[in-house]
Amino acid sequence: MSHQEHRPNTEGKYKWIGTRPDRPDGADKVTGRARFGADFNLPGQLIGKVLRSPHAHAVIKSIDTSKALALSGVKAVITAKDFPDQPNLIVPTGEMQVNMRDITRNIMAREKALYEGHPVAAVAAVSEAVAKQALALIKVDYKVLPHVIDVAEAMKPGAPILHDHLLTEGASPPATKPSNIAKRIEFKKGDAKAGFAQAEVVIEKDYTTQAVHQGYIEPHATLASAAEDGQIQVWSTTQGHFQVRGFCARLLGVDTSQIRVTPTEIGGGFGGKTVVYLEPLAMRLSQKTGKPVKMTMAREDVFRASGPAPGGNVKVKIGAMKDGRIVAAECIVEMQAGAFPGSPVGPACMCSFACYDIENVYIEGFDVVSNRPKVAAYRAPGAPISAWAVESTMDILAQRLDMDPIDLRLKNAAKAGTKTAYGVTFNTIGMVETLQAVKDSEHYKSPVKPGWGRGVAAGFWFNIGADSSAASHVGEDGSVTVISGNPDIGGSRASLALMAAEELGVDYNKVRPIIADTASIGFNFVTGGSRVTFATGLAVVNSVRDMIRELKVRAAKIWKIDPEAVIWENGMAKPAGNQVGTFEPLSLADLAAQAGRTGGPINGHAQLNVTGAGPGFGVHCVDLKVDDDTGCVTVGRYTAAQDVGTAIHPSYVEGQLQGGAVQGVGWALNEEYIYNAQGKLENPGFLDYRMPVASDLPKIETILVEVPNPQHPYGVRGVGEVPIVPPIAAVGNAIARATGVRMVDLPMSPPRLSAALDAARPRRMAAE
Amino acid sequence: MSEVQYQSAKTVKEAVKMMQAAKGKGYILAGGTDLLVQMKSGARTPGVIVDVKKIPEMVTVTEKNGAFTIGAATPAAVLGENKKLRKAWPGVIEACNLIGSTQVQGRASAGGNLCNASPAADSVPALVAAGCIVNVAGPNGKRAVPVEKFCIGPGKTSLKTGEIVVSLTLPKRPKGSSDAYLRLIPRTEMDIAVVGVGVSLTMKGGTVTDARVGLGAVAPTVLLVENAAKALIGSKLDDAALDAAADACSAACRPIDDKRGTIKYRTKIAGVLLKRSALIARDRINGVEHRGHRPV
Repeated sequence: MSHQEHRPNTEGKYKWIGTRPDRPDGADKVTGRARFGADFNLPGQLIGKVLRSPHAHAVIKSIDTSKALALSGVKAVITAKDFPDQPNLIVPTGEMQVNMRDITRNIMAREKALYEGHPVAAVAAVSEAVAKQALALIKVDYKVLPHVIDVAEAMKPGAPILHDHLLTEGASPPATKPSNIAKRIEFKKGDAKAGFAQAEVVIEKDYTTQAVHQGYIEPHATLASAAEDGQIQVWSTTQGHFQVRGFCARLLGVDTSQIRVTPTEIGGGFGGKTVVYLEPLAMRLSQKTGKPVKMTMAREDVFRASGPAPGGNVKVKIGAMKDGRIVAAECIVEMQAGAFPGSPVGPACMCSFACYDIENVYIEGFDVVSNRPKVAAYRAPGAPISAWAVESTMDILAQRLDMDPIDLRLKNAAKAGTKTAYGVTFNTIGMVETLQAVKDSEHYKSPVKPGWGRGVAAGFWFNIGADSSAASHVGEDGSVTVISGNPDIGGSRASLALMAAEELGVDYNKVRPIIADTASIGFNFVTGGSRVTFATGLAVVNSVRDMIRELKVRAAKIWKIDPEAVIWENGMAKPAGNQVGTFEPLSLADLAAQAGRTGGPINGHAQLNVTGAGPGFGVHCVDLKVDDDTGCVTVGRYTAAQDVGTAIHPSYVEGQLQGGAVQGVGWALNEEYIYNAQGKLENPGFLDYRMPVASDLPKIETILVEVPNPQHPYGVRGVGEVPIVPPIAAVGNAIARATGVRMVDLPMSPPRLSAALDAARPRRMAAE
Repeated sequence: MSEVQYQSAKTVKEAVKMMQAAKGKGYILAGGTDLLVQMKSGARTPGVIVDVKKIPEMVTVTEKNGAFTIGAATPAAVLGENKKLRKAWPGVIEACNLIGSTQVQGRASAGGNLCNASPAADSVPALVAAGCIVNVAGPNGKRAVPVEKFCIGPGKTSLKTGEIVVSLTLPKRPKGSSDAYLRLIPRTEMDIAVVGVGVSLTMKGGTVTDARVGLGAVAPTVLLVENAAKALIGSKLDDAALDAAADACSAACRPIDDKRGTIKYRTKIAGVLLKRSALIARDRINGVEHRGHRPV
């Protein structure tokens, strides 16, 4: 059991990069000093609570708040009337897109309640108990409508329609009547029909998946304080405080400069904290009352009303020659968007066959609304769903051809120069290296235990760059503060500090990374898309380079030589060229001490729109056994390999691989949203929404494969999302190989797996 | 605003008085691992909470002539550390040590698990198999209730106003006896039983001379499955006897389809776990140690 590193490109090359120091936020987090969303309080604060729809689909005929307002201790009640309507305007949020018209309806139902748990009103009161009493006094007159939960049902003619204005975008012929299909998309490469005609083997299969929650341990929480002069301060547990500012400015109709958002420490997000729920409500309640308003969600609220990842239906068809070469592939994805358009069906389609170099591809996707909470991003949004279907089908193909599953993938692997079905041609990528690393691993070479099954699957994610700002300051004593604006959800503070230390040539412990509020650093796009270490890392490197340029100017001034004749080496300015050895080198501390006399404080800045994100590939291998009588799965060994570019802080890269694998195993085995006939969620808690617990899994082994991204000074690729893409199919493939039963519906829970084993028993006994 | 009064009793008599005075609005606080959660969710709104943890006989375990009496509020963790009890009733103790989680067991008690009256309570099928007697005290004195008759429906017990459970008595058992409890959960811990089966056996010369079977999470209350016991008694736990006992368990099931499992699945698993529990009990009689509760 081990962690392996394949680091031929970075080994010995750097002093700090690739080392594993303690994270700057570590001590605070393990001692309980760190302050998370619900830890912030202000004197005189009120408690805000949300009244949520008990119906899956209902017209809101009227809301009577008079009795609630009359209750002693209640300071304000708000409804959708307290927010201006918003235009039909698409804005990005992490890797997904949302419509402002929909966001304002999602934070507070306007014409209709569209899912159980949809906010209908909110109160601010002197205590939680009074706020709860006030909720019970709000009278909402609903006209309950027929609802639809399932995607296939929602797509049928005659299904209850959620939005009368919704005409399918991209339909051919163009849509004339409203439906629940918000969008149809298509990607084509070559001629799939001709490809399948030429194929010697064709495998076709339908798969389904269920909605799953990101499952962050910390529920949403916020504290807002609006002052009489219009300034609003907000503390929020979020993956993007600039995003909170931007959304809330629009939703409340105020300037972004009026709002100052401070991100708290964050207890997990995984994409789910890239949108707003409580913040605009708390801000409006604070504006109305003139007092700070604190709001937190209970776990039940988190499940009922914060974005899960969608479920979907996927049809996959793969055609190959007998030697394993894939000649045609087709994938059709129908995906839940929740109550408003905007599922990650686009990335699901684009990622489906991105691991492979296939000549003829046809991909089609449908974005479908139903009476469920609006979906939000979750690690590689959409990709695990299509990968589950594609990678399961690849395994069936490998079995049919009697090929090793890694060899089949190696034969078709995408390489530099491969053109994807969505149009991009890959630069340097590590799909082949990652497959090879698993093939060469001790795990893969070890024999499979009798009665066990071994499953392999691959996965792809684009990763993104986008907008980042950073600043670096030298203190009077020569220590350094690095300021950026992305909440740290995966150890990014440590990674940013390591890159700054490497660049500056100073000790890691002399660099303090700080995450600044929205008023204290330039704009930063959300922590998402696996972008922070890559894009904000680049901004930090550039800000440090800007500072080094200034440091060289100061040294030149002291030495009265040309700045061009100064170099920066090992944390010191040194004379170079014809000046070599003329002066004693000046350290950061020396230069800081003389800063006042040489031009004032020494800082560096950078602001970038970062492009050139390096895509990532992962290959996972799992050994498991299935209890034939109960359908319970025991995972015995699990290895996650990934092309990670350069592992800046290998422990946190491994942590990303392990976390993604664990979440993917949960998605595969037990996690699902269960609705009753009334469209109400039956399992809004961790008891019956079953995420894995520690005893469910072995230690996840990792293999870091470093294929540096040529478009980053240290070769960084995003690593946080790829690891959730392969696990579902890896588990399904292992189950198929252990039992001979191919599962196509998620989750592969004990009751479902047991039923499938029982159904296949006559066939399995005949085969023996 | 509704108010809750906290009262702490020093004696059983005092606790009974407090409960009687609360007129049906009283709730016993032992570990509180169910009560506090239910209060938080609004499922229960007590007027008075009566803390019984300061009543010595309710938090201690005593042995008399081979019979064990377990104070109803004794934390599960304390039961797990009692070597004699664990040796005599390994199935009861492993069941008690599955309540909630390791942390929860520092507070959670077998009495509380019983009084919460969940059909999926982990300790109850094992207590039913053990032939446990529930010692109840009330305004009209004491009474003893066989554990399988104590609960009358989900969340409902046969306790009358003012009555409390003081302790649980596990009878003295003959040589060659042991027990086992298995539950099916989709995870490996921190979960609730989809089916739970407790089996208690007495064997002589490889033949079962006495047996009791408790079956949980498949009916409104935990069941005593006499037909399963009958199928085991007189057998050497051969396949035919085990199959018959498993069928009796499946036949006794009156489960529901819900988020935790289907009728079909629960009915099948009841039989599967019966067989496995019986074999573990036999192994224990034969001195083979068994650890781990996951039926894999």
